[in-house]
Amino acid sequence: MDKFIARYPFWSLIIVLLVAVFLWLVLASWPPELVASWGRKQIFLNGLIGGITLGALYFLVAAGFTLIFGLMRVVNLAHGSLFLIGGYVGYEIAVASDSWLLAFPIVFVVVAIIGLLMQHFIFSKMEGEELRQTLVSIGLSIVFADLMLWWWGGQSYSILAPQFLQGPVQLPIVNTVNEATGAVTWLRYPAVRIWILAAAIVIGVAMWLVLNRTALGMLIRAGVDDREMLAASGVRVQLLFLIVFGFGAGLAGIAGIVGATFQSLSPGEDTRFLLSSLVVVIVGGMGSIVGAALGALIIGVAEQMGFLYAPTYSVVFTFLIMAAVLAFRPQGLLGTRR
Amino acid sequence: MSVADHAPPFANRTDKRMWFERIPAVWWAVAAVLLLLPIVANSFWLFQVMGWTFILGMIGLSLMFLAGYGGMVSLLQMSIAGMAGYMVAILGPSGAAVSLGLPWWIVLPAAFVIAAIFATLSGALAVRTDGIYTIMITLAIAAAFFYFTRQNYSIFNGYSGFNLVLPPKLFGVNWRDPVPFYYLSLACAALCYGAVVYIARSPFGLALQGVRDNPRRMAALGFNVTAHRVAAYALASIFASTGGILLVWQNAQIAPGTIGISAAIDVLVVAVVGGLRRPLGPFIGAFIYVLLQVFSADTLGFFGFSADRFKLIIGIGFLAVVLFSPDGVLALWDRWRARTAARKAAETGGGP
Repeated sequence: MDKFIARYPFWSLIIVLLVAVFLWLVLASWPPELVASWGRKQIFLNGLIGGITLGALYFLVAAGFTLIFGLMRVVNLAHGSLFLIGGYVGYEIAVASDSWLLAFPIVFVVVAIIGLLMQHFIFSKMEGEELRQTLVSIGLSIVFADLMLWWWGGQSYSILAPQFLQGPVQLPIVNTVNEATGAVTWLRYPAVRIWILAAAIVIGVAMWLVLNRTALGMLIRAGVDDREMLAASGVRVQLLFLIVFGFGAGLAGIAGIVGATFQSLSPGEDTRFLLSSLVVVIVGGMGSIVGAALGALIIGVAEQMGFLYAPTYSVVFTFLIMAAVLAFRPQGLLGTRR
Repeated sequence: MSVADHAPPFANRTDKRMWFERIPAVWWAVAAVLLLLPIVANSFWLFQVMGWTFILGMIGLSLMFLAGYGGMVSLLQMSIAGMAGYMVAILGPSGAAVSLGLPWWIVLPAAFVIAAIFATLSGALAVRTDGIYTIMITLAIAAAFFYFTRQNYSIFNGYSGFNLVLPPKLFGVNWRDPVPFYYLSLACAALCYGAVVYIARSPFGLALQGVRDNPRRMAALGFNVTAHRVAAYALASIFASTGGILLVWQNAQIAPGTIGISAAIDVLVVAVVGGLRRPLGPFIGAFIYVLLQVFSADTLGFFGFSADRFKLIIGIGFLAVVLFSPDGVLALWDRWRARTAARKAAETGGGP
């Protein structure tokens, strides 16, 4: 931190200014001139928090994607299918058992097993052949997409959040201040989204801790850096690959439940989430969990803000961010060049 | 993948025969069948099956050119074809009010140029990365273009796209009639095929293959690796654009669905199933794909499935090809020929 300030005093100043302006925008009550040009503060705040919670969902999908890529060099283009399978299975369980929470562990296990089977029977047979793995995963995603269309049809499904998570919560952020009375209205936001955000943060921190503070994490990081050397030093790399693939797939699966709770699931959502995780890991840096979190946050907020303030060009914002990152840091914001 | 694998079968410079004598008899036979096909085939076969095969083949050919000779697997080629098609619809006459209605001799060059600019810019982004990264980035660009055309109403006419986009009536011929359209698409496909074969043997093509095999050595030899790769994107855009313009004329319409993600992946499927190593591959892949799609209803019905399961058949077929023969159907054929040749050699007792 100190080093960064010493090396880039100009950029540090800009960053501090931006953070200050941002905090003021979030915390202060907006003066009428700003409201006149930008619209009500509530719209801005909704876009911001909507973006952050969407980012949490993107993180859940992209974290598994980037972990699998980082360790195994498999661009699993069937990752979006795992997301959609998780959502559909979660819907079935939530409807059958009438329990939203029960769906999470079951879906995690079911989708993790699908991932394990994919890794064991297909990807492990073509280690090092990146292009073939990519093509095979594309083939798998075509097959999965059609099987799901066959089974669940073309209509859209959404899962109802449980009773205790329905309705809004009040956030400690000022929405408006009544000029005459001085009464403060606080921002209210759907509780389920806030809880999902909290859960994503917990999962992210837990992943970071496992990766950086445990023996398993040490092996995984060693595998990311030099797979051959790790194998040569006697570690059962195939078992490690299975664990990581299963975990990443399971994460995509439970993200599917979250996606079905936030929005809805229908054919085509698999490619949408595959693409969002592609963009997220390209922006954040491939193989990096923190990068996935940062990328998910940036893309989620950009998408929601763009959707509110410039609906026609919202997709182009995401793309422009990706192009800008590629132009200046082809390895992604937090990626390392190999 | 060495350069020798890619040498066309009749590139032997020491061969003193005339150029037409060097072309194997099979090729003459294929050419004759294709030219005489309208005598026997009905308009459905000519327009839907063969016309679509050639169009899909040309778009696949542009992917084959990039992947086979340049080592860059791009999922962008359908977007480039779509860009050219969209330009024809936007600049020329169509049923939508957004179209400008310019004459064809402005529209066609403009479509090629704009598509080439699009391809060059995206290519310049994509070549900063290699391998699987290229696939991811081109897929992301293709998706951005798809969503943009779907949301932009002022230029791309949004979700509904353009309809009634008809080819110009040149020389008094309605080029959308089955027989003229068949010959038009056949001629374009043959030209693109010839161009790829020619470019592959030209100094540029050889340098591109050198860049694919060993970029560092080529850079050390003084070649500008990035420029060669970007130029390959620009060149490939010509084949994709030709296919894209014909595609708009064949369907008489273009909409975001034409250039969606699944369409982009279909091009990859076509090129990989046919074989990425030779320019013929995409056309064979396209033929198989079109046949499957056109006749899937009957075939699937025969096995007791609904016709909707076409994608499943395509997906399983694609999986089988990438699992068992990574170089596509053409490689299976090569392997079979090599095996029969070896058997024959063993029978006659001679060397290979």
